[in-house]
Amino acid sequence: MNNSLLLPLILLPLFGALLPPLFHRFGRTASAWAAAVVVAAALLLLLSLLSPVFGGQTLLYHADWLPAYGLNLSLRLDGLSMLFALLILGIGLLVILYARYYLSERDPMGRFYGFLLLFMAAMLGVVLSENLLLMLVFWEMTSLSSFLLIGYWKYRADARQGARLALTITGAGGLSLLAGILLLGQISGSYELSVVLDSADIIQAHPLYPVTLVLILLGAFTKSAQFPFHFWLPHAMAAPTPVSAYLHSATMVKAGVFLLARLFPALAGTELWFYLVASTGMITLLLGAYHALFKHDLKGLLAYSTISHLGLITLLFGLGTPLGAVAGVFHIINHAIFKASLFMAAGIIDHESGTRDMHKLNGLWRYMPHTATLAMVAAASMAGVPLFNGFLSKEMFFAETLHQGWLGDWSWLLPLGATLAGVFAVAYSIRFIHDVFFNGEPIDLPRTPHEPPRYMKVPVEILVALCLLVGVVPAWTVAPLLATAASSTIGGELPRYSLAIWHGINTPLLMSLIAMLGGALMYALRHHLFALHARCFRPFDAKQVFERLLYKLILLARGLTEVLENGSLQRYLGLLIGSVVLVTGVALWDTPLSGPVPSAEVDAVTLVGALALAASALTTTIWHRHRLVALIQLSVVGLVVSVAFVRFAAPDLALTQLSVEMVTIILLMLVLYFLPQHTPAESSSLRKGRDLLLAGGAGASVALLAWGVLTRPYQTIGDYFMQQSLPGGGGHNVVNVILVDFRGFDTLGEVTVLGIAAIGILMLLRGLRLKMPAADGEGRPWASDRYPMILAVISRPLLPLALVVAIYLMLRGHNMPGGGFIAGLVTAIALILQYVASGIAWTRARMNINYIKLTATGVLLSTLTGLGSWLFGYPFLTSGFGHFHLPLVGEFELATAMLFDLGVYLAVIGSTLLVLANLGTLTLINREMAEEN
Amino acid sequence: MLSLAIEAAFAMMSLALLFNLWRVVRGPDLPDRILALDTMYINTIALIVLYGVHEQSGFYFEAALLIAVMGFVGTVAVVKYLLRGDIVE
Repeated sequence: MNNSLLLPLILLPLFGALLPPLFHRFGRTASAWAAAVVVAAALLLLLSLLSPVFGGQTLLYHADWLPAYGLNLSLRLDGLSMLFALLILGIGLLVILYARYYLSERDPMGRFYGFLLLFMAAMLGVVLSENLLLMLVFWEMTSLSSFLLIGYWKYRADARQGARLALTITGAGGLSLLAGILLLGQISGSYELSVVLDSADIIQAHPLYPVTLVLILLGAFTKSAQFPFHFWLPHAMAAPTPVSAYLHSATMVKAGVFLLARLFPALAGTELWFYLVASTGMITLLLGAYHALFKHDLKGLLAYSTISHLGLITLLFGLGTPLGAVAGVFHIINHAIFKASLFMAAGIIDHESGTRDMHKLNGLWRYMPHTATLAMVAAASMAGVPLFNGFLSKEMFFAETLHQGWLGDWSWLLPLGATLAGVFAVAYSIRFIHDVFFNGEPIDLPRTPHEPPRYMKVPVEILVALCLLVGVVPAWTVAPLLATAASSTIGGELPRYSLAIWHGINTPLLMSLIAMLGGALMYALRHHLFALHARCFRPFDAKQVFERLLYKLILLARGLTEVLENGSLQRYLGLLIGSVVLVTGVALWDTPLSGPVPSAEVDAVTLVGALALAASALTTTIWHRHRLVALIQLSVVGLVVSVAFVRFAAPDLALTQLSVEMVTIILLMLVLYFLPQHTPAESSSLRKGRDLLLAGGAGASVALLAWGVLTRPYQTIGDYFMQQSLPGGGGHNVVNVILVDFRGFDTLGEVTVLGIAAIGILMLLRGLRLKMPAADGEGRPWASDRYPMILAVISRPLLPLALVVAIYLMLRGHNMPGGGFIAGLVTAIALILQYVASGIAWTRARMNINYIKLTATGVLLSTLTGLGSWLFGYPFLTSGFGHFHLPLVGEFELATAMLFDLGVYLAVIGSTLLVLANLGTLTLINREMAEEN
Repeated sequence: MLSLAIEAAFAMMSLALLFNLWRVVRGPDLPDRILALDTMYINTIALIVLYGVHEQSGFYFEAALLIAVMGFVGTVAVVKYLLRGDIVE
């Protein structure tokens, strides 16, 4: 059942979209060829599948994607998809040829073809999807890629606005379609079309059927520009004409009617369907036809005519009868052919004369007779003149409006509306031809018009030939395709219909006659009608309304953002902390505070420590505006916390805390120099009260929570690590084994981030000029002795001692408290002490290390150690270890984790010094500058 | 006998820490506070060593060692700041 040729049909244009931009460097033609070859290949692939599909088979392809959610990569090629795929690829190929001559030298052609192929892939995805969710993915892709195509001339405001409008409308419709399809899938139990199409009874009897139907129809109507969502389509005219030709004929708007046709067996045939779809179609048909007549823009006329014809197709599907569906499918084919050629002809006229304004365009017959002939044939088809393809489907349409059973006594409304629309269609078709090609002389055209390049006309010629062939000998040309497509649309036996041109004298023919004559008459009276139209209708620009609404929405969003996110950190923190206190408070209100675990005995020393901790935390807060004093209070906090770690048997944490504490103090000292010594008072006492309340609440909550957790028995993952540390990681020090082995990947990431942050700080400091204070906070001048001798003399011997300590901590880290991180900090602090005591120049003269390289070496070493385990077939960062024996030293253990830890050690030294030493150098540079001046 | 001495030493060290804390809080001047902090470092070292003796374990001595090194550097940094403002020059 799996036909593997279906997937490449979509993948070819999808990945082929990369080719035209790549080939662009070889010239515009190369780029066009690249696009054409891709599409031609896909078309050939499709044609190879023609015979089984015409034989009535439905080709399927299935691959699981997210089967648990019903989303599968399943594709389907039946008659209807075949018809659409043929249109998409066939007309797409012609558009590629046409665009090669339409786009100017300045337009980036590679990008155009890239977007076009992307759009084509999306459209193919829509029509070939068997899975409805998959179809929705492609559906959204068409909205996005058409946005890119419509906004292709991105320097033009109207193109950008038109693209935005189209995206908003079709995107909103897509959202509604998503909801509809989810409902549909829930009702029928599957998202696969084969199942959905067979569940018409279940779906239509389901209480959610009306909701589902409305949601899905919203998606279809927005896409195919049905009233009242039709207004985006005329503004999509801002796209280059090849895009318009493509969007209006074979794609985009046709996706909407495709959806109607695709889901026809599942959804159609109910009263609700008839009233919703048929009436929308009828209104759109009349509205579009009416407006088309009064457009002075050539493309505008065609755009409204597209809206009108899509209304016609929608109306046909809305009738809910099999014959209506057949006529709808037939008109999809015919409309695609003549509308593509008309747009291309309009593009040629625009291209060669420089305007699309029908006030100026007159009498072009003399300048471009060949193009004029082609346009006339296509326009005749649009008007529904006999012997052209449009006539056949229009006759079927007229006939179908006579045979519906829903309206009862009001049944005459449909044929009347249809005939009226026919009258308008004939009138605007005549106008398209007569106004442009005859009707006197051209009026100050920007350019003297002439025939376009030879190959620009080829696509139009092909399409016009098709108009004639289908119109004259339908049975030999379009009949098999129509039969296959229509039967797979209906999902059952085809009703009897005849494609003959002459059915004898009957009501539809009469309606056609009325349309012809009425249209001609209407055109003759057009000047009066134009005047009447101008008096009755004030020009209404949907785009302006949309832009205004959008602007208001932006203002609203901004206002909302302002309220929620006004840039005040205090407010964010206040809200955050306040809600944390509130939520935990409410949630845990009824929970008893203490658990069964008895509290340990409190000894006097611990109590003193706790007292010191609380007191210094409090004084830090109280004196936070005297920065140096606050810093000293904070140091007491750090010290007590370190001792607390010792007291509660966490020596590794104590060592780390102490080292980090010191580095932080040095860092703050370095920065504080450039900052004011006192923070100005900013908070009112009311604010202070609020903050006190918040902080007190948060502190109390955390304290109570900690109490609650600690008095309850709980299981931790600690036991596992305790047991596994020696057998799994070869070390007695669990903390270190976790850092370098069990969670080595975390550590590697952290060290990398540390290095990146250090380099980031370095970059921020580069070129920074700061004002250096001449006196301290109290106004006393600085001491003149830069490097006090006692300090220098004591500091120097400290370096080797500290290095010994560091190496000791480093080496034993795997088994006893210590490790690369702590050792790195100790080394860095000992080194920075030399900078402090003896100065930058002195230190640099003796130790010229590039700290960036040192950091990089450390990170690299750790990474390579991790990669090393791959050599032995183990996962990244697996640690190896063994016990060795050396004379004198005795038994000892080596682990690759030590190498990893060495990398950490180097990276920590590098990044710490990178920050501290460079902050120090900042004053040096500023001082040198000051002395130079 | 030893345990009694340790208890007494704990009590004295704690008292010393409290006095230090009083100085850190009261000041009145920055040098007073810095001296008090430095003394706190030293008293903490003593406390940790005492704790090691009490627990009969050398496990905590590295922390004491590190405080000795770090406390010195911290004090030097703050003092240099008082003198020159610019500690690395």
